Amino acid sequence: MSRSVVPILLAIGFAMFVCTPFILAGAPYEASMGIVSKIFYFHVPCAITFMVSAFVCGIASVVYLARRNRTADHVALAAAELAVVFGLIVLVTGPLWARKAWGVWWVWEARLTMSLVMWMVFISYLLLRKFGGAGSEMLSAAVSVFGMALVPFVYWSVNVWRTMHPTTNVLPSLPASMAWPILWCLVAFLCLYVAMLLVRVRLERGATALEEAYLLLEE
Amino acid sequence: MKRVADIVFAFVLFAGAVTLWAQTPQSQFVPAESIPKQEVAPGPLLYGAYAFVWGALVVYLFLLWRRIGRVERELADVNRRLAGK
Repeated sequence: MSRSVVPILLAIGFAMFVCTPFILAGAPYEASMGIVSKIFYFHVPCAITFMVSAFVCGIASVVYLARRNRTADHVALAAAELAVVFGLIVLVTGPLWARKAWGVWWVWEARLTMSLVMWMVFISYLLLRKFGGAGSEMLSAAVSVFGMALVPFVYWSVNVWRTMHPTTNVLPSLPASMAWPILWCLVAFLCLYVAMLLVRVRLERGATALEEAYLLLEE
Repeated sequence: MKRVADIVFAFVLFAGAVTLWAQTPQSQFVPAESIPKQEVAPGPLLYGAYAFVWGALVVYLFLLWRRIGRVERELADVNRRLAGK
């Protein structure tokens, strides 16, 4: 199924991305921040995809820890890699916005710091998988559960701690003219995310089959 | 002396309250309609950010495709060797 779904999702995602500059050009910018606030239209959907990926990785890891299901492990690894990719985009586009809006590239406040920590948790997941040796799947699955546990903290941090970052009230209070471009970008990112997740799972399945084939060849 | 200390204490309290008030996080985005276009500087940061998103996704997809191609080629090769065994 994934072989037919992936090209469709990729085509939809990239077609939406091609149209996005035109949509963003017509979208309003925020009164106090000016044109740079348009980064918001893809920074936020990217951050949402980052959190979704952390959740997918955590849940798949829980399933793997409970049932030793190999597909769950493949999904967890794919989601962890994508969490790192989307996390990197969030951590780069955020400071580009902050430079203009706050006058600094980075502030060690709760939302930014916790996002960085969550991103590093998934980096450590990938490092464990790569260099952990035999049995690293179990250890890395436990690490990713901690990564998933950070998501609510990252989300609520702006409401709990005093910070310069906009609160979570911004998104629900957006006027329609600002809400639909962000929804457009969110759908584009999610299409690309699902497509890349399926492709990455296929890669991991292939790698496992290759390992087994080599073992058979040695026997 | 106590009076001076009281004044300093009151000043610190006031300054703290003002600082907290000044740092209140933004809880609502208001679309700008009244700002004339020429007052807003064009944002290379905005274009840079969008280019980075594109770049990151395209590079990741390209690397993914290369890794899949390599694994599938190697798998086909090993399967051929297994069949000939």
